[in-house]
Amino acid sequence: MKKFLSTGYIFLIFALLYAPILVLIIFSFNESGSLSEFSGFSFVWYKELFADEEALTSLKNSLILAVCSSLAATVIATFAALGLHHMRGKFVKGAIKSVTNIPMMNPDIVTGVSMMLLFVAVAGIIKANNFMGFGTMLIAHTTFNLPYVLLSVTPRFNQLDKSLSEAAQDLGCTPARAFFSVELPEIVPGIISGLMLGFTMSLDDFVISHFVSSPNFQTLPLYVYNQTVHNVKFSMYALCALIVAIILIILLAVNFTGSVSNKSRKKRNKGVA
Amino acid sequence: MKGKSVFQRMAAMPHIVWMIMFIVAPMLFVLYFAFTDTEGNFSFANITSLSEYSNVFILSIAFALIATVVCLVIGYPLAYFMAKSSPRMQKILMVLIMLPMWCNLLIRTYALMALLDNGGLINSFLESIGADKWHIVGSDFGVILGMVYDFLPYMVLPIFTVMSKLDKRYIEAAADLGCSSLQTMTKVIMPLSVSGVISGITMVFVPSISTFYISQKLGAGKIDLIGDTIERLFQNTSTYNIGAAISLIMMILIIVSVAIMNRFSDDDGGIII
Amino acid sequence: MKSMIKKVLALTVVLIIMLPSLLTLVSCSSEGDSNVTTLYVYNWGEYISDGSEGTVDVNEEFERWYFDTYGERVEVTYSTYSSNEDMYAKLSGGAVNYDVIIPSDYMIERLIKEDKLAPLDYSNIPNIVNIAPEFYGKDAEYDYYDEGSMYSVPYFYGMIGIIYNTSMVDPDDEDIGSWSLMWDEDYTGNILQFNNSRDALGTAQYYLGIDVNTHDESEWRRALEKLREQKDIVQGYVMDEIFNKMENGSAAIASYYAGDYLAMYEENEDLEFFYPREGTNLYVDAMCIPKTSQNKLVAERYINFMLSVDKEYGAPAIANAEYTYYASPNKLVREDEGYIEYMGEIKDDGYEKMYDTDDVNATAYINLTSDKLALINNLWEELKSDIDVSPTIYILCGAIIATLAGFGVFFAVRKKIRNNY
Repeated sequence: MKKFLSTGYIFLIFALLYAPILVLIIFSFNESGSLSEFSGFSFVWYKELFADEEALTSLKNSLILAVCSSLAATVIATFAALGLHHMRGKFVKGAIKSVTNIPMMNPDIVTGVSMMLLFVAVAGIIKANNFMGFGTMLIAHTTFNLPYVLLSVTPRFNQLDKSLSEAAQDLGCTPARAFFSVELPEIVPGIISGLMLGFTMSLDDFVISHFVSSPNFQTLPLYVYNQTVHNVKFSMYALCALIVAIILIILLAVNFTGSVSNKSRKKRNKGVA
Repeated sequence: MKGKSVFQRMAAMPHIVWMIMFIVAPMLFVLYFAFTDTEGNFSFANITSLSEYSNVFILSIAFALIATVVCLVIGYPLAYFMAKSSPRMQKILMVLIMLPMWCNLLIRTYALMALLDNGGLINSFLESIGADKWHIVGSDFGVILGMVYDFLPYMVLPIFTVMSKLDKRYIEAAADLGCSSLQTMTKVIMPLSVSGVISGITMVFVPSISTFYISQKLGAGKIDLIGDTIERLFQNTSTYNIGAAISLIMMILIIVSVAIMNRFSDDDGGIII
Repeated sequence: MKSMIKKVLALTVVLIIMLPSLLTLVSCSSEGDSNVTTLYVYNWGEYISDGSEGTVDVNEEFERWYFDTYGERVEVTYSTYSSNEDMYAKLSGGAVNYDVIIPSDYMIERLIKEDKLAPLDYSNIPNIVNIAPEFYGKDAEYDYYDEGSMYSVPYFYGMIGIIYNTSMVDPDDEDIGSWSLMWDEDYTGNILQFNNSRDALGTAQYYLGIDVNTHDESEWRRALEKLREQKDIVQGYVMDEIFNKMENGSAAIASYYAGDYLAMYEENEDLEFFYPREGTNLYVDAMCIPKTSQNKLVAERYINFMLSVDKEYGAPAIANAEYTYYASPNKLVREDEGYIEYMGEIKDDGYEKMYDTDDVNATAYINLTSDKLALINNLWEELKSDIDVSPTIYILCGAIIATLAGFGVFFAVRKKIRNNY
């Protein structure tokens, strides 16, 4: 009975959580382009979507931006974690960490607005043309990715055996060489998870982009927003359905291939022991 | 022990420079605009004129508070039941709860609105069976529902993560020592999951209080929260000064509430994605 | 600690996604080397034939025409706004330099006054002869916002009217024909109002019989009071979201621009439309070039192209008119047989609804002095921030805060007792 209740509860909440998304997906196959009456199954809106240059360009822009900003944030944050790891002053360290966390603590809208004020002011001072665009988006996305990457890299540094780097230096490595050949391989898992986190955060961001973007560089969330404040083209539903499907595939891939490799790893560990 | 090398000392420099340019400087711009008039003279007028928005602030805080509590009440049992299911089931449920988190918020909000709108699927169904329409878009309830729907996964996931890592031996020990299942819940499971609850609350409250898309779609432009006001002041009436003042107040509000919430937990809640 | 292999697998997934985008990045940068001029066009939403559902893609046709005529590549970067005020905010934000913008009359007047527009060189716009004499030339009646059309070329014009759904509104309702329909409490929760200050205040002013260009602050306040009264019965304040809402029956009554009515009627034949008898707004939307434009010549050629009815390039003026349904100031469009027939097919009196409007009592918005503009902003903020917090919300929050405080005290006391041991 108890088991039944708990399963029922889980089922109910998930059903409610998925109802709107499922309706959207089902109706993206609706021939007539209505959200209240299903008149016939068709792929017409998917065809329309792949003919919509604006949507495809925004997808491309989103991917470019996510790759660039997550890479930039990962490089900066990894070196920052290294620097912080070797830094002695507790106060400076604390100050740097708390300032870095500001974009994570702050609501997105405040981060977006503050960036916009900065960019508008700078554009006014240097009298730049078309100042907002890829550059400003890259800066904004890198900035809000930084704390997340730092958060996933720092613990790796703390787990490092300090004597490793010292041993490498005793054997004649420069500190930079010691970092790249001894410490870096140890922290790679942290870097990878930071990179992935940054990539998804950047892909998903709408609010900050909304304030620092310009029409010459539109990302996918901005495209969706522009659609929903105007007369929604039905191809947008097809787009949404595709996004959900792709995310589902990625999530399943990451989680379930992971479980297989986990098992094989356990076996291997036993063998070593 | 060797002295710190130049490389190690300078590694954090790019990060520090970036931080000052793109986190500290934008915040200073918010401060500057909040305390100046349109001519750039120092003034408190923006702050004092905020009394006009007192109801907007009250409503935003109230909505965010209610949405957070509803998420907690629904999400806590859900996380508990999820954690009690079989490991394989847990994996599936984990993917199911993460999928909406990774899907863009705009898509989910729009899907919900399309479903609930007066001409949407639910209302056309109600109409076809002769029932009254359920006017939900444009009402307080609609906006809160949108927040709960959008942010529920953010509450469930951290609680679930904490609970699934919980050492089962504690629960067994409690049972052996004569605790009823209710006592086990209140004396063992709840205290041990506080850190998850705290990060869940933060992850629901902050985006709820600063949202503008949810209120724009489910409040139909009639229920304006702080986020909508900031967005309008920057993107429609271009009165940056008052917008900056509101952003500043909201920032302080959130830092204070997060600080209060963190007092409830002894250890750091941490951010779990 | 998570499995390393899992991370590596995850990385491969990410890389698979990243790879094509990196490739496009490379291809993009090489593309940038050739001489492609980018033309930034900023227009109202739903205001150009964009190639969706088999229509002509005017911007693409322009690119083709430009290459065929001048042998240079131009890429149009097209973006949209929801209201004149949004456009003005983006423009004065200054971070983007648009080349062609299409605001309404009163906004053009404001931009001219603030010296933000560049005078047009008509030798690059020979198609200006297509514009009807009441819109361009020395006898022009509708160039009130820009005497002599120094800075602007009319794009479309029209009037504001009220759209209602006959399946939801009683066709015999005596409010039909008047602005009072928008204030009718029978339709609480089913009325949509403009989400921009000038149009929303305008509806109240026409209803009250106040001059929409009044200099009297108290008259503006009276209009605001009327809107406040209406706030309790409207479903929401929307702009282009109105299309979906009216088409699927989510709202019964809305005031909007005449041309858009036909677009909605095409999807939902229950919709009816009238021009209110108390008077309504007449607007002319015209193409202008901001002073900050980097490609004035290309922009002028773009404006010229928009006036053309050259069938070889999709007859842009006709294509736009057939897409937007707005009334065109272009003689060649108005007289085009195919176009007239097309308008009649959408709705029997479609053409007449747009063009035979002599008996409608209409006035235009005129730009106001800067103190009045600030006043309107303030009034709009007052309306938007005028929110009732219902008692239920107060009670719920009170209960939550009390519970939280209770927990806080409980834990603090317990901690203290424990520490005493």
